[in-house]
Amino acid sequence: MLAFGLVYLAALVALFLSSFWTVNAFTSEVQHIWNLDNYRLLWDQGAYHKIALRTIGIAAAVTVADAILAFPLGYFMARVAGGRSRAFIFVAVLLPLWSSYLIRVYIWQLILAHDGVLNWSLQKVGLPAANIGYTNWAVWLIFTYIWLPFMVLPVYGALERVPDSFLEASRDLGAGGWTTFRRVLLPLALPGVVAGSIFTFSLTLGDYITPLLAGGASSQFIGNVVYDSIGSQQTPFAAAFAVVPLAVMGVYLLIARRLGAFEAL
Amino acid sequence: MATLAPTAPDTDAVAGAPAVRLAGVRRVYGDVVAVAGIDLDIGAGEFFTMLGPSGSGKTTTLRVIAGFERPDAGHVELQGVDVTRVAPSQRAVNTVFQDYALFPHMTVAENVEYGLRIKGIGRRDRRARAEAMLDRVRLPGLGDRKPAQLSGGQRQRVALARAIVNGPPVLLLDEPLGALDLKLRQEMQIFLKALQRDLGITFVYVTHDQEEALTMSDRLAVFNEGRIEQVGTPAEVYEHPQTEFVAGFVGVSNVVERDGRRFTIRPEKIRMTDEGVGDAEPGTVREVVYVGMITRYVVDLDAGGQLVVVRQNLETSSQEALAEQGKRVRLSWRPEHTYEIGKEGK
Repeated sequence: MLAFGLVYLAALVALFLSSFWTVNAFTSEVQHIWNLDNYRLLWDQGAYHKIALRTIGIAAAVTVADAILAFPLGYFMARVAGGRSRAFIFVAVLLPLWSSYLIRVYIWQLILAHDGVLNWSLQKVGLPAANIGYTNWAVWLIFTYIWLPFMVLPVYGALERVPDSFLEASRDLGAGGWTTFRRVLLPLALPGVVAGSIFTFSLTLGDYITPLLAGGASSQFIGNVVYDSIGSQQTPFAAAFAVVPLAVMGVYLLIARRLGAFEAL
Repeated sequence: MATLAPTAPDTDAVAGAPAVRLAGVRRVYGDVVAVAGIDLDIGAGEFFTMLGPSGSGKTTTLRVIAGFERPDAGHVELQGVDVTRVAPSQRAVNTVFQDYALFPHMTVAENVEYGLRIKGIGRRDRRARAEAMLDRVRLPGLGDRKPAQLSGGQRQRVALARAIVNGPPVLLLDEPLGALDLKLRQEMQIFLKALQRDLGITFVYVTHDQEEALTMSDRLAVFNEGRIEQVGTPAEVYEHPQTEFVAGFVGVSNVVERDGRRFTIRPEKIRMTDEGVGDAEPGTVREVVYVGMITRYVVDLDAGGQLVVVRQNLETSSQEALAEQGKRVRLSWRPEHTYEIGKEGK
């Protein structure tokens, strides 16, 4: 464990250090000249702001959508469903994780494409076509689908740990269903939601495949820029941009710890 | 106590009606009959105990009164008002749960204030009431702690404060002392009894501990297999058990059959003398259990059956008591201390 931790930390330190280096414009060789040019470029170029904000924004939107979807599902699994239907839902939630990520993204492309299943179905029932293929909407929708299991499981776990007697005590003290939900169930399940959001947020933040395959011209994520920069041998700049999601995640984890997410995992 | 003015909606209450009335209450889970038709009246201001082994239906009955279980048949009245179809949140009862069910994300004070907050009582007023109630259960100044920072006994008293701060005419307690150690349990028994007397409200108390039931209750009901075997004062139930089950569950089962009559004698009412003295029932001491203040003897009777005899260790040492094992003895008792009982059940 310790060895893994050390290797991981060393890689992070190397990444951080290399973000202060520069590339010789003629030879394309990395030169160990310490400077802030990479960060200055990030700061000065509006395009990079946009990409960073888009990445963070979609990661947040995916997290919110997953939380909204996972809560009723987790509630049903933990407190309503019997043993058999709970097992069935578990399999249904986990099964997609056994198939390839790429396959699932391509399938969504088929659904969302201009002449795809979605529009075909909308046409059949007489609704106008929804052209969301190759847009940020498509990226958001696919991420929401792909990371949903990572939200459902911790939310289910948190809801399952709330004893029935807590809900009964709330009703006994005069609270109706909505008040009991808001004052007892939701606060107790919140650490589970935050725990799940660590997955959905960080996984979206670091991804570049879905935006590449399913996004449009203005769907670039930080990961895509990093990928392209390394391809054009701009490793120090790639490292500098890669530090951004790391910093965002660092702040996020601090807040999550405050909210008790680590006890819920 | 001014802070205890009942805020529960008791305007419909019928004067003179029992605090709780159960009529023909039945509750079935699949094939299991948890409560098999119970009729019971619990008077206002009574300390009423429902005693029975686990699975006897006492907790289910309590949950029917609270409203967490809807009876499959029969109905429930509180202060003369039928509440069978009324939600738990609308019933003028509060519950102390077996696991306390304190909300872990709230402070002790917020827990106690919960019911008042839902009734829309202002922050300052409810804080004052919660503090007064915490004083009353001897937890002054602990309002800012979280439940996890309290001991089991303290949590138990927070649960109590959280329930009674709402001023319910009936308080339901589901084995509230079950998780406490013996010494604390005995202290709490005295505290609860005094509290009930002070508040003047009805306590409906569920326990499987017969000693607890006998020492605390004004009246008690003995439950077995979803039915009530006997209702009465502790003295009535202990001294005049009506069924073999009651005789065995409340105290020690001392049932013998002679000439087709089955009767019970309490162990402390039996005189044990040496062989050859008098013409009482002969038998052999099979087992001796020394329990400090008393010694318990199990005697096999020559005419069949066995009886437990209890003697105070007034002048006997443990050695002397244990030396009685295997001795031939004679047992005698006064006829007025025997109670004839029916066959199993009623």
